[in-house]
Amino acid sequence: MMGFIWFWLVAVMIVGYVVLDGFDLGVGVLHLFLARNETERQATLHSIGPVWDGNEVWLLAGGGTLYFAFPLLYASAFSGFYLPLMIVLWLLVLRGVSLELRNHLEMGVWRALLDGIFGVASLLLTIFFGAALANVIRGVPLQADGYFFLPLWTNWQPGANPGILDWYTVIGGLVALVALTLHGALWLSIKISGDLEQRARRIVTPLWIALVILTVVSLIATISIRPQNLNNYYQYPFTFVVPVGVLASLAGIWLWNRNAQPVKAFLSSCLYLFFMLAGACWGLYPTLLPATTDPERDITLSHAISGPHTLAVGLIWWGFGMALATCYTIFVYTRFKGKSDLGVSGH
Amino acid sequence: MTSELIHRLHFAFTITFHYLFPQLTMGLALLIVVLKTAALKTNGELWDRAAHFWGRIFGINFVFGVVTGIPMEFEFGTNWARFSRLSGGVIGQPLAMEGVFSFFLESAFLGLFLYGGNRLSKRMHWFSSVMVFAGSWLSGFFIIVTDAWMQHPVAYDRLPNGQFEMLSFWQLLMNPWGLLQYMHNMTGAVITGSFVMAATGAFYLLDGRMQNYGRTFLKVGVIAGAIASILIIFPTGDLHGKYVAHNQPPAMAGMEGVFKTEPGTGIVLIGQPNEETGQIDNPIVVNDMLSFLIYGTTKAEVKGLDQIPHDQWPTALPLLYYAYHIMAGLGTYFVFVMVLSAFLLWRKKLYTARWIQWALLLSFPLPYIANTAGWMTAELGRQPWLVYGLMRTSEGYSNTVSASNGLFTLIGFMGLYTVLGLLFTVLIYREISNGPEAKPALAVAAHAN
Repeated sequence: MMGFIWFWLVAVMIVGYVVLDGFDLGVGVLHLFLARNETERQATLHSIGPVWDGNEVWLLAGGGTLYFAFPLLYASAFSGFYLPLMIVLWLLVLRGVSLELRNHLEMGVWRALLDGIFGVASLLLTIFFGAALANVIRGVPLQADGYFFLPLWTNWQPGANPGILDWYTVIGGLVALVALTLHGALWLSIKISGDLEQRARRIVTPLWIALVILTVVSLIATISIRPQNLNNYYQYPFTFVVPVGVLASLAGIWLWNRNAQPVKAFLSSCLYLFFMLAGACWGLYPTLLPATTDPERDITLSHAISGPHTLAVGLIWWGFGMALATCYTIFVYTRFKGKSDLGVSGH
Repeated sequence: MTSELIHRLHFAFTITFHYLFPQLTMGLALLIVVLKTAALKTNGELWDRAAHFWGRIFGINFVFGVVTGIPMEFEFGTNWARFSRLSGGVIGQPLAMEGVFSFFLESAFLGLFLYGGNRLSKRMHWFSSVMVFAGSWLSGFFIIVTDAWMQHPVAYDRLPNGQFEMLSFWQLLMNPWGLLQYMHNMTGAVITGSFVMAATGAFYLLDGRMQNYGRTFLKVGVIAGAIASILIIFPTGDLHGKYVAHNQPPAMAGMEGVFKTEPGTGIVLIGQPNEETGQIDNPIVVNDMLSFLIYGTTKAEVKGLDQIPHDQWPTALPLLYYAYHIMAGLGTYFVFVMVLSAFLLWRKKLYTARWIQWALLLSFPLPYIANTAGWMTAELGRQPWLVYGLMRTSEGYSNTVSASNGLFTLIGFMGLYTVLGLLFTVLIYREISNGPEAKPALAVAAHAN
């Protein structure tokens, strides 16, 4: 029971991270293409200025939660994914610094450099996060002691000894890139007005089409790589509501964006991310990290879980702390509600 | 180079660089609350501008702290997997709590504090600064709890699979080692904040511009600095030192360079420990002093390295000894310079005595060195243990990550952090030389809404 609860609490943290930091990553990808002058660029970046750091906290809090609830998984996955994680860290460092420092450096040449770094780092991060999730779904060559070490790539095939990157995980990376860029475009169409808003809304259409295609391709690829992912769905058929939810939220994005209701379109995009991630987690449950070597070596809930007292106490403070954190998050978002660019050009 | 050494260097390098930022964040957070409170009470424009100015510096510093801090949480898993696997149930707890309780608080209210100037009432803006302070100090607490458990494990049991299981949440948080270390460490952070503020004030006065701000910064910095410099030695340093002596005798012997156990042990002020001869070379010693400091009597016996099995000696003995002596030496200097400055402030001579302003200006790097040396003392003193008495460092690193891969990413971090360090220096220097009255075009736009 504790295992079930904590599995889904960690999943909630991951969804929270992807939904929140997702849009600021997407804005990072987009701002290079969408903004045409300094005023527009400031407006674009100002729409995420007060919140990006708080969004990133979800990653840290999620990592910490994983650490104490499933220490074996944390230890095995973090050391096994050593190289890509270090690259992710470097990208997070570069991205955070470049976004924040453009406020402190006025010269055009500095700004151009920082904007470029911010855009490229955001883009690579979305791809890495997507590929990371795909790695977990595909599985890793776990050894008998529960550890593994993955090179960045081998022969680009998801066999028994894959690399971080193979054709399947690259698809995962592309899904994340397109989904989060779309997510960012919808966020911008809420927060920005005028020409820029129109451009943000126009770019939604091609992104949406790409996302629909990639979603279907990735679902087929997932089932062909790891057919067991459907087991839970067949056992509890009502859970097929998850893939239906994926499709419905995609439809919602399309409809509400066309009817100029950006808030609803953005919320549909949140739901899309939620259903995709929840669907992936449910496909794995109760496995946490499948082994490509031997199914016996899968890291599952029962042997990765922390001791009973740790988890019972954790439930109390975690619930309390996350309730507080949710309050802060809502408070901050309501404080910065509405168009963020009004007044930037006027003052 | 062995894997173990690479992983140690990896963590040591990234944490040392990281902690250059939070010590100022935590110290300044307190001083900004002081400035904002003064602004609220006196309704004074100057205090508000001063708070705003330090808020900007805080903001830059905070971002560097965040981006260099994220790798730290990851490195428990990436570089210390075998340790994490066994200890996650205990220390994963405070680490997760740091994220859940302090980072959310801190980031939410820092966003309000930095961007919300015109959207919030004065009182609400003050409240944001208090919450940023609370968040950053809470964050420090959880990290110290984590380290304290590694230094002095409490409230744990071992499950059949070797994992540590927490027995009492309350005891874990209230680890006496942690409470002492927390007081000592936070006082150290306030010293860094005070010296930076006082040095900035001295810089303005010596440079002959922004005199009113210069005096304000000097006054606040010197008062806070004088209080903190005394507290760092007594009671926090004194109590913490005694606790180390009782619970980690090898660490204390290494710190003080006590090779021989004898009653009436002296304290070595200067000298070089010689591991081969088991002596301090070129020593300057105050007789009986160490016995007195630890036990309150000059006759007491302090356990020397001769009574400790060689495989339990701190592995980097001379470095431990030097780190501790640098910390203690600088701590003594801080009391001297800050109390003297406070005296001059009281005698109304501080603003004209250029010699002491020069001393304060040139001293700003020293608290950074002292804080770093203090942490080196704590962590080198714990060696060869990762969890004191329970798990050796050689049993904790990720043995699936080769020395070569570890070196690859260590070099990557060194390159990246060199760039960050240069960028940080340029940015902070610009902020300080522009001063509190400056209105960069973008800052106005950014704060307009």
